[in-house]
Amino acid sequence: MYFESFSEFLNMGGHGLYVWMAYGLSAVLLAINVVLPIMHKGQLVKEQARKLRREQKTS
Amino acid sequence: MWKTFVAWFHRMGSPKWFYEITGRWIPWFAAAAVLLITVGTTWGLAFAPADYQQGNSFRIIYIHVPAAILAQSIFFAMAIAGGIGLIWKMKVADMVAKSCAPIGATMTFIALFTGAVWGKPTWGAWWVWDARLTSMLILLFLYFGVIALQSAFDSKQSAARASAILSLVGVVNIPIIKYSVDWWNTLHQPATFKLTEKPAMPPEMWMPLLVMVIGFYCFFAVVLMMRTRNEILEREKRTQWVQGLLSEKG
Repeated sequence: MYFESFSEFLNMGGHGLYVWMAYGLSAVLLAINVVLPIMHKGQLVKEQARKLRREQKTS
Repeated sequence: MWKTFVAWFHRMGSPKWFYEITGRWIPWFAAAAVLLITVGTTWGLAFAPADYQQGNSFRIIYIHVPAAILAQSIFFAMAIAGGIGLIWKMKVADMVAKSCAPIGATMTFIALFTGAVWGKPTWGAWWVWDARLTSMLILLFLYFGVIALQSAFDSKQSAARASAILSLVGVVNIPIIKYSVDWWNTLHQPATFKLTEKPAMPPEMWMPLLVMVIGFYCFFAVVLMMRTRNEILEREKRTQWVQGLLSEKG
């Protein structure tokens, strides 16, 4: 471990704000890239279910 | 060898086959991505030594460099996929190219943002109009252009064709980004990894970086497959296999 304590780790030798801002926003953006296709897939499945129900009613 | 490759290429062109094979690949790539990015982040943030000049702000390198490498690789992949779709009219290639654009734009944005945040304590400025930074900004606009073209046409074919042409033309920007630090006087430091030389950094600094780069490639593979699979489901929704697949899950 490079740092002596956890608070030193958070402080990053005075550069904490920059380091955590860079890592924080990147983590959020990467997470969005995973969540969006998952949500899209859920939507596609739901649409298909709705379509099937409609078809069953008419037939 | 060549025959196997041609056979594989033809099968890759079948949306159903692509959907099935990537369904088996995703868990492995996802596990690798999570493992590598977790290890690389912890290693880079807590264990790697600080830079003697830049102090701890240098730790931003562990996302900045992987994101910048991916931003360029993804553009290259998008142009190749677009070109394949253009020449051989392969639908799956068009869908791969379309799926590349938002991921590449994200990576470019991350590279620019982390670069700005790193530049502030290091150069004293968030942004300078330097060759490397400007060519990366152009890359972001090229991605926006491709995304806009993808949704500007009613016909999927015209959208794919226009985006492929923009991607292929935009590829000239990639060597400009790469060599910008050599061709112009810039504030930006030269590349960390070169194929022909050993890194100037000590191994305890570049090893976590290498782990992160490979982790980012795996991450890209996962989200690219996820997006392309959705694209397949949407475009092939009239086929029996997609309808069967979707109603099983509903």
